[in-house]
Amino acid sequence: MYIRIIPRLDIKGPNLVKGIHLEGLRVLGKPEQYAKHYYESGADELLYMDVVASLYERNSLHDIIEKTAKEIFIPLTVGGGIRSIDDIKSILRAGADKVSINTAAVRNPNLIKEASQIFGSSTIVVAIEAIRQSDGNFYAFTDNGREITGLEVVDWSKKVEELGAGEIILTSVDKEGTGKGFELELIRKVTSAVSIPVVAHGGAGKLEHIREAVKEGGASAISLASMLHYDFMANSKVDTTLEEGSSAFIQGGTSYTNVDKVNIQKIKEYLIESNIQCRI
Amino acid sequence: MSNLKVAIIDYQLSNLFSVQHACQIVGLNASITSSPNDISSADALILPGVGAFGDAMKNLQQFRLIDPIIEHINKKKSFLGVCLGLQLLFEKSEEFGNHKGLGIFQGSVVKFPNKNSKNEMIIIPQIGWNTLKLQKKDPLLSGIKDEEFMYFVHSYYILPKDPKIILAKTVYEKIEYTSAISQNNVFAVQFHPEKSGTEGLKIYRNFSEIINNL
Repeated sequence: MYIRIIPRLDIKGPNLVKGIHLEGLRVLGKPEQYAKHYYESGADELLYMDVVASLYERNSLHDIIEKTAKEIFIPLTVGGGIRSIDDIKSILRAGADKVSINTAAVRNPNLIKEASQIFGSSTIVVAIEAIRQSDGNFYAFTDNGREITGLEVVDWSKKVEELGAGEIILTSVDKEGTGKGFELELIRKVTSAVSIPVVAHGGAGKLEHIREAVKEGGASAISLASMLHYDFMANSKVDTTLEEGSSAFIQGGTSYTNVDKVNIQKIKEYLIESNIQCRI
Repeated sequence: MSNLKVAIIDYQLSNLFSVQHACQIVGLNASITSSPNDISSADALILPGVGAFGDAMKNLQQFRLIDPIIEHINKKKSFLGVCLGLQLLFEKSEEFGNHKGLGIFQGSVVKFPNKNSKNEMIIIPQIGWNTLKLQKKDPLLSGIKDEEFMYFVHSYYILPKDPKIILAKTVYEKIEYTSAISQNNVFAVQFHPEKSGTEGLKIYRNFSEIINNL
């Protein structure tokens, strides 16, 4: 299997943002600019998350999806605020190839079944935001790790597979944005329990973290944000003419120090040296 | 833009936007349609699809599209099947029970097994990039080099009876299967050329040339 590298773009309004533990969002620029750069430098897919959609109960990325689909010819997954079959239809019609659902799947697991029968399993991705609780187990959360669902992650993973999900995007909220490495125990637990692909997300700060998530965790794909975004900010001219939000963070030229700035090409060269197959 | 009419068959089971967009880029005038008349009068057909085999056949039947598609192919007009659109050309599939397909080609559609020959668990569906092992020269794959990467999303694959139709094979978890076929003016691929970057777009460009030279 060729391991996929999937840049994740968290989007708030018209802006690309990045936080830590899915909170404390800073504006990094325009998502289209980053997306085009990642497409041209060898991204295997792209993931757009409307990070405030759950708050407003709707996904507002239609314009950004349409613009992206016109110049980017790799698969695009879109998540955030998708509640119904009609929502899925409208996101796919705008140009997305897959949709990622979390809150709606928890509230109504049957949506996974219905949607996978209509659009095909491979179009329906379930996002699981996991937080380790005091009993040592991981539990699924919604709304960027704010709302507890009471669902134990391994049980929930098996359930979403059974209902027809084609893929799982597994986020460790504890590790997300920290650059301290993936939650390998969580990834291992889920990949051993299901036979659908698992996309590992949350915690990558160094190249070896990515190798670990594949070799020790058994992930089929890796979703990255900080490492790639900060590399792009440091080495390219980021458009700071924003429609809204503050460009102070971009212009400050700082980034989060736990995270190495690495581009996709370097990541893939490193993985191939580590005997992990990827498309190059 | 070519004057030839290309119909992208909409049977409400797939994401047609990216297919239509790929057509536009290579200069094909392609419209999305569920109308039997449009399909009968089209110069070329594209049958995409990401849903389930049984539902696909049921929908094609409800929209009364099966006869116009078969007629189109019998008249030797150009046809491109993508993903499920490849699988539907065969006689039958075992997806969620047994289902009858369009039967243009002999053979069946089967699911990847849970384990490979070495008893290792296989991740299903196959989602991601994989390579083409070219089996013969064909205008559809003109300019595509051996071992080129394409983007795949599927749990089922075809077992064609006639090896002469095979254009390319792909290996997933030690299972080798057919990933592209052609015969006369019928072409079909298991992968998604519209999602496979600039190399994938070449396939739409080749299809466009095939139609225009016919």
